[in-house]
Amino acid sequence: MDRALWPEGVERCSLGKFLLWLGVCGVVFALGAYEAIMILFPDGLARTALDNYFGFGLWITFDLAVIALGAGAFFTGLLKYILDIKELEKIVNLTVIIGFLCYSGAMLILALDVGQPLRSWFGFWHPNVHSMLTEVMFCITCYLMVLTLEFIPNILENRKLNQIPLLHNIAHNFHYVMPLIAGIGAFLSTFHQGSLGGMYGVLFGRPYVLRDGFFIWPWTFFLFVLSAVGSGPCFSVLVVKLMELLTGKKLVDWNVKRLMCKIAGTMLTLYVFLKILDTWAWATDVLPRSGLTWDQMFNSDLGYGVSLLWIEIGLCGVVPAVLLMVSAFRNIPALLYTGAILSCVGVTINRYVFTVQALAIPVMPFDKWYLYVPNWAEWGPSVMVIAYGFIVTSLAYRYLPVFPQEVALNAKAPAAPVAPAAPAEAEQPA
Amino acid sequence: MSTFQDFPIRWGMVIDIDKCTGCGACVVACNKENNIAPQDNQLRRIEAKGFPTRFKKIEWLTIYELTDGGDTAYLPRPCMQCGVPSCVSVCPAIATDKNENGGIVSQIYPRCFGCRYCMASCPYHARVFNWDQPVWPEGMEKQLTPHTSVRSRGVVEKCSFCHHRLMYAKDAARVAGEDPEKLADGAYMPACAEVCPTGAITFGDVKNPEHAVYELARSPHTFRLLARLGTDPQVYYMSKRAWVRLQGDNYLANEKAQVNEGGAHHG
Ligand code: SF4
Ligand code: SF4
Repeated sequence: MDRALWPEGVERCSLGKFLLWLGVCGVVFALGAYEAIMILFPDGLARTALDNYFGFGLWITFDLAVIALGAGAFFTGLLKYILDIKELEKIVNLTVIIGFLCYSGAMLILALDVGQPLRSWFGFWHPNVHSMLTEVMFCITCYLMVLTLEFIPNILENRKLNQIPLLHNIAHNFHYVMPLIAGIGAFLSTFHQGSLGGMYGVLFGRPYVLRDGFFIWPWTFFLFVLSAVGSGPCFSVLVVKLMELLTGKKLVDWNVKRLMCKIAGTMLTLYVFLKILDTWAWATDVLPRSGLTWDQMFNSDLGYGVSLLWIEIGLCGVVPAVLLMVSAFRNIPALLYTGAILSCVGVTINRYVFTVQALAIPVMPFDKWYLYVPNWAEWGPSVMVIAYGFIVTSLAYRYLPVFPQEVALNAKAPAAPVAPAAPAEAEQPA
Repeated sequence: MSTFQDFPIRWGMVIDIDKCTGCGACVVACNKENNIAPQDNQLRRIEAKGFPTRFKKIEWLTIYELTDGGDTAYLPRPCMQCGVPSCVSVCPAIATDKNENGGIVSQIYPRCFGCRYCMASCPYHARVFNWDQPVWPEGMEKQLTPHTSVRSRGVVEKCSFCHHRLMYAKDAARVAGEDPEKLADGAYMPACAEVCPTGAITFGDVKNPEHAVYELARSPHTFRLLARLGTDPQVYYMSKRAWVRLQGDNYLANEKAQVNEGGAHHG
């Protein structure tokens, strides 16, 4: 029924099936939205499991994680438009959509997470230039605008919209300024990924996250940037894969995925190397200087065990770095996806421990460890953002030309194939 | 990171832990003086709605119980009014600042938008958040301290060394034709110090030799909480018991000989 709106030459499921799918996502969205509204209006943050001990919790972890995973957008844009890596144009539209969703989702959550949402603009109006959070606020807001600008041409390329000459011309002309927009986006994004790390590194009252570092920047500034670019492109590839599984179509060719993961792997390797050095410097310098020991930083009984550190750096750091860097492993789809998943899990654990464990550790010697378990009031809005991501991605996939390769990759096979079909993703050796 | 700012006056509080019995009078006085709504009502309201109440209490002054296994000590903890406050540099909206002579760390409630970054940064847990709207029992509004603002849901608050009393004291000095920047010892006294039945809390300008705190802050038994983190607190603790002093600053097993810095940092 809505075939006229589909991108040229593609096949989509029936409208009924699509609406059913949107309905399922919509129900999940509505469940989360209910919690969000209850927090914004009658109940406030009393509804959450946050408290004076854990002023930051699931939401900040979620924000940091999605922003890191959304880094595929700025990094791919940078590589495509500035360094001119042509291959990436086959995935860049999707990375922009993912980036847009991650940032707008993070902002939605942030609006809930502050006690006085109507005053959020105070950070812009009375900015404290010494606060890393001020920098984060400015950069996130500006970068979301950049992502919106990057998303607009793709929307205007919708088959029907593009028939309107004005919109067609706007979309066309956007492409000329795209390198400039991508450049601004890369700059903004690098800075706030860094500032998010800096937010923790400057907390000199919290030796678990304190990193003195370089000039005004604590090491965490650079570590957060690197871990984001080491996992963001992996996340984009995983989203493509998930979309391929859900739609039963090939959307992006294997070479592009492999290239994305190679780039991510390179960054991840550099990150893991520096992270290991950083952990060593922290354990041998920051901790003793603060009068604290390695053992005091972890508490297995409450789930803040040292195993989390080994999982983060070893299983979800070194292992994916090897899987994604060594071409023999990277060429095997199962290993590539395993590496990508581990890398994304690793960055999420990193953001979690920096947020929650950092606050759980008693700094005063007579203080106690406390366990923080987020409740549904916090999970709900997070799930809402995920549902929102599914809805927007589904709409974009159905009605926008997101994947330039889709038509070619899914062309009907010739009646008499010349060679037996090879496994989809293993057809092109390194 | 914040840098140290020197002021001609440094309002300081010296708490003698050996005198503190943990009676809680200071907490009650603080709550009453600073218009902190009775917590029972508030917590009951939150609980009645089925929400978790752990650490949702508002209390500017908390009494911690210390022990070395046999002996017990009580440590009242107001805001340390840090010389290098970790909370000030992080606030995105300059809702908190340390810019006044005397070095009290301010908190501007109508400016705060409740991001709680200051709470995350303070190692002393000195800041609390208004999770819910305060609930005043009927009639109690008549007893509110008129010079202390009441706070709404969604903002962070903390001990201000009863700053309004400093204003009163300065006004009184002006009326009496004295210099408001040279208040006599005892002219300005926070509620907790005034009410403490054992006289464990002494308050004054640690830079002024005419104030009792001057000597006390320089005593060999004086220490400051987590001083080595570099926050440079303006609250000083005293104890003759070595284990108490050692617990005050995370001394490691291999540094049993206490680094006494009681008189070292007074700006
Ligand atoms: S004790 Fe905490 S709230 Fe008070 S000045 Fe120091 S860092 Fe800030
Ligand atoms: S909660 Fe308020 S005072 Fe604290 S950092 Fe945020 S805006 Fe500043």
